[in-house]
Amino acid sequence: MATQRKAVALISGGLDSLLAAKVMLEQGVHVEGINFYTGFCVEGHTHAIRKKDKAKPKRNNALWSAEKLGIKLHIIDIIEEYKDVLINPKHGYGANMNPCLDCKIFMVGKAKQWAEENGFDFIITGEVIGQRPMSQRKETMPVISEESGADDLLLRPLCAQNLPETKPEREGWVNRDELYDFSGRTRKPQMALAEKFGFEDYAQPAGGCCFLTDKSYSVKLTDLWASRGKRDYEIDDIMLLKVGRHLRPKPNFKLIVAREEGENNFLQGYKKQFITLRTMSHKGPLTLLDGTASDEDLKLAAQIVARFSQGRDAETVDVEVAEKGVNKNFSVTPLKADQIQDSWRV
Amino acid sequence: MIELDARRLMCPMPVIKTQNIIKTLSTGDKVRVTCTDPGVMQDIPAWCRINGHTVLKTEEIDHEYILIIKVGSD
Repeated sequence: MATQRKAVALISGGLDSLLAAKVMLEQGVHVEGINFYTGFCVEGHTHAIRKKDKAKPKRNNALWSAEKLGIKLHIIDIIEEYKDVLINPKHGYGANMNPCLDCKIFMVGKAKQWAEENGFDFIITGEVIGQRPMSQRKETMPVISEESGADDLLLRPLCAQNLPETKPEREGWVNRDELYDFSGRTRKPQMALAEKFGFEDYAQPAGGCCFLTDKSYSVKLTDLWASRGKRDYEIDDIMLLKVGRHLRPKPNFKLIVAREEGENNFLQGYKKQFITLRTMSHKGPLTLLDGTASDEDLKLAAQIVARFSQGRDAETVDVEVAEKGVNKNFSVTPLKADQIQDSWRV
Repeated sequence: MIELDARRLMCPMPVIKTQNIIKTLSTGDKVRVTCTDPGVMQDIPAWCRINGHTVLKTEEIDHEYILIIKVGSD
């Protein structure tokens, strides 16, 4: 009896990786999933923030995929290592701050390392030639294989017939004739295959699975780096870029203003790390001040926060500013709508 | 009972922390995970189901979410 071969599948939570893994299972390969958490993943970590999202609990699609497939899923924290991928991408960025090609090379390389450590024979991905403008092109497929170090142990079941034979095919671990030749941006072949396998309710994220492909998020990240004079970040930085209204009235400070109760609660967790502002005479949002601020700056910040409070039309609003356990109180006139300059909005 | 404090972490970090601690434990061991992200009530049981562990109990106390997990055999 032939040895059952083992493949590690990169599982993003999207349809393509779900199908690629299923194609391997159909061929009798033992498959386990691996999912990398960069800190920028759309999956997870927004569960709890906005109150309006709580009514419909958001599932983790990578876990959902693994459960549908009946395979194990290993979730790996790569937040620290990923910084170098994002800050110094050899192949550059896509339309926004997305280093898709470097990201894929990095993840496949990590999967190869995991496969070696855990006795797996090869790596599979849900890549399809032409599916993505940056990383999934005919000319980038060999780049990923080579630069990740996976070489011909990297198999793409959904488009393998359009690519040179890999070792799993050559050695007969998998049957090339039962792999696929998908290409281009159309999703129809994948949807037909999903139907064949009986998959319903699979994830179809509109902007992919990474915040770095999002324009407004990328603008905030670029602003963060510009304001600090260096391209670096911590996990709290990238979490806060997803929350609240961001305003930079002066180069030396930015305000993060909660937009609703859920964000207010979330920002409470950062009170010890930031200068915080809250309106005392009227209901209003909790606001974090990121940067340094003079008393004059604090007064301007208080006027902005007052603008977003229920006292926006009042003559004065009392605002408490807290920093490292010391409170200052300001009584300010809220800015008018047209005094909130468009150039402040990040 | 092993205690895991995953408070203030957002999913999937509590899942990753749970996974990493369970790797160091033996079959039958129990771990109690305390979290503040309500997403764990969905994600940790899903992770346990696919990886062969059993969630013995879940509860919410004062906006904290607590799961008691029994480590499976594999």
